[in-house]
Amino acid sequence: MTNPVQALNSARVRGWLYQALFLACALAVAWYLVSNTLTNLATRGVATGFGFLEREAGFEIGESLLSYSASDTYLKALVVGLLNTLAVSAAGVVLATVLGVLIGIARLSSNWMVNRFATLYVETIRNVPLLLQLVVWYTIMNRLPSPREALEVVPGIFLSNRGMKFPVLVEHAGHGWALLALIAGIAAAVAIVRHGRRHREATGKPFPTLPAAIAAVLLPPALVFVATGAPLAFDVPVLSGFNFEGGGSVTPEFTALLIGLSVYTAGFIAEIVRSGILAVPHGQTEAGLALGLSPGKILRLIILPQALRVIVPPLTSQYLNLTKNSSLAVAIGYPDLVSVSNTSANQTGQVVEAVAMMMVVYLIISLSISGFMNWYNRRVALVTR
Amino acid sequence: MSKQFPADQAPIPTGPVPPAHWAASYEEEPTQASTPPQANGMTALKPFGWAKDNLFNTPLNTVLTLACLALLWLVVPPAANWLLLKASWSGSSEACREAAGACWSVIVVKHRLIFFGTYPYDEQWRPFLACALFVAMLGASGVRAFWRPWLAVAWALTLVGMGVLMWGGVAGLSYVPNDRWGGLPITLMLSVFSIAIAFPLSILLALGRQSSLPAIRTFCVGFIETMRGVPLVSVLFMASVMFPLFLPEGVTVDKLLRALAGMTLFTAAYLAEAVRGGLQAIPKGQYEAADALGLSYWQKTVLIVLPQALRIVIPPIVNQFISAFKDTSLVTIVGLYDLLTAATVATTDPEWRPYFAEVYVFAGLMFWIFCFSMSRYSQWLERLANRYTRR
Repeated sequence: MTNPVQALNSARVRGWLYQALFLACALAVAWYLVSNTLTNLATRGVATGFGFLEREAGFEIGESLLSYSASDTYLKALVVGLLNTLAVSAAGVVLATVLGVLIGIARLSSNWMVNRFATLYVETIRNVPLLLQLVVWYTIMNRLPSPREALEVVPGIFLSNRGMKFPVLVEHAGHGWALLALIAGIAAAVAIVRHGRRHREATGKPFPTLPAAIAAVLLPPALVFVATGAPLAFDVPVLSGFNFEGGGSVTPEFTALLIGLSVYTAGFIAEIVRSGILAVPHGQTEAGLALGLSPGKILRLIILPQALRVIVPPLTSQYLNLTKNSSLAVAIGYPDLVSVSNTSANQTGQVVEAVAMMMVVYLIISLSISGFMNWYNRRVALVTR
Repeated sequence: MSKQFPADQAPIPTGPVPPAHWAASYEEEPTQASTPPQANGMTALKPFGWAKDNLFNTPLNTVLTLACLALLWLVVPPAANWLLLKASWSGSSEACREAAGACWSVIVVKHRLIFFGTYPYDEQWRPFLACALFVAMLGASGVRAFWRPWLAVAWALTLVGMGVLMWGGVAGLSYVPNDRWGGLPITLMLSVFSIAIAFPLSILLALGRQSSLPAIRTFCVGFIETMRGVPLVSVLFMASVMFPLFLPEGVTVDKLLRALAGMTLFTAAYLAEAVRGGLQAIPKGQYEAADALGLSYWQKTVLIVLPQALRIVIPPIVNQFISAFKDTSLVTIVGLYDLLTAATVATTDPEWRPYFAEVYVFAGLMFWIFCFSMSRYSQWLERLANRYTRR
């Protein structure tokens, strides 16, 4: 085997050779691209490196969760953009899940009309590009009447071309205590559920887990709330002059993006929920009935755990898609990460750094979401075995 | 290899996860699936028997049905009025201002702009012919009897023909540079080309991801996961602003090609995962049998594995094609003139500005027709594949 020609017959040696060749080619291409880029940047007189992050951004951002002004640094501007992305994605995930589950169940309804409505929704929404839907929502938002003729959808909530205005709770010390009580209540509920399961497994007797847990979650905050004097003062938006004063508000861009993303993703989630529930063989329901379980218990103990196993992996990718799709914000002027990075890149010319940072941040978000959902999936998968 | 069962005798597969065709068959005939069996033969005969069974069988369903009827009552008459009855179908924008419904005249006036963008007006029969050719080829490719080698040749000829039609410069056609192309041809070409180029690339990536060589596997995993982890918008930005920096001085690539490159790389990563699904679905025995026959890696892959794997992944490829088709609308962000950009431009004309809804409804309908027919086709393919390959 010492003969080098004979050594080539070994799959292992050839494997190493192929890899060395591949790496050499990859490195050569990378070197070629990097050297071209550096020359090009040098001839254009563009600086490299991340020094620009410390400099003054000099552009305003329409909406921000932090206090931000044009004299802040690029780094802060990018953080503001990132927070905007996260805000719209988090709200979108919640809304899309609620809407998607409802529509998915409606598609399985035995009621012919509900069924047809849900099918119409899914087939329409899924087959039209998201960008088109976003543009339509945004155009609608922009052409709503002015604040003077604002639409009052629900009493207290106003829609106008300045966005959505809604009442907010006036802050009071009691709220903080009620929140603490709620957290304590949730902890107690978790303990009750665990105790209930142990009790059932040890004695075989049912334990009123659900009512006890609900009481543990709801009662303490309610008691604290009443004890602190039930502070229920709302700051309601009131029309004054040409705009509303008071209350909370979201911009037309945010509203359009949130509605568009949720409505679109809900169409996909509905299909996932539907196929997940269909995936549980009907025999499982019948077996549950034969054991004398109530329909509610069959759903909770038999169907859902098995359906979740099918639902969770594709649901994860829908959450990821929603987060990535929030980058379409750039088309309707919502200052998300992509849009802020884009402005920074245009101003500084440091395109490579801006695009690289944007991609790394999205990668981190994607990996965290899929990490969390994988953890949840493992839990769901274990429960079923 | 696999026993073939007549459709109605196909054995029920075991395991908690049913094959996709269960869902597909529900999809196909929901009315029949949800109609209760008429064992006593009476329900169907009674007047309103069907309505009683499907709409008013429980108190909850009665409430839901009434709610749906109320919704219909609220939505359908105004929608019908706006869309059809009170709409204005031709004439100037003044006629539209008087009409209470939709202004379809804006489509009559602007349809050439929406479909073909800024392509020279007198030459627009060329993109029209190119699109017609393209759609005809797409339709032909859907027919299984045509899945023969000559189809590839026909596609190559079609693409050459389209290039001649769009660019011109030969056979007496005037030359039209591709920055004047726009509308439907851009949408169609970007989606088809990105899938066509991404497909071979995705096979290599999927094979690389399954490879036993660590360097190649790491590279493929890294590429696939990066592309799938970032939004298409950022890939398109990279393609449009960073590609020029990668190339040596003096070499420029035009905007359309850069967007195509970005879309191709992005699509390849997603397709690679679909192909990997197909590779993993091949029973291990097939690999072992190929090894036992003494086939080399490439013989095994090309002769045994890929023919089986690719048949499984045809439906996901069609689904990916639908995604790519919808995603082409994103190129508007990097300044290309696709169907959506053209529609948006049509709404900015001051004379027709109030009638944006009509233009978007029209553009949405165009996308919908393509996507819906392709998704129906993919469901049909899935049923077909399941009918013959399930054991």
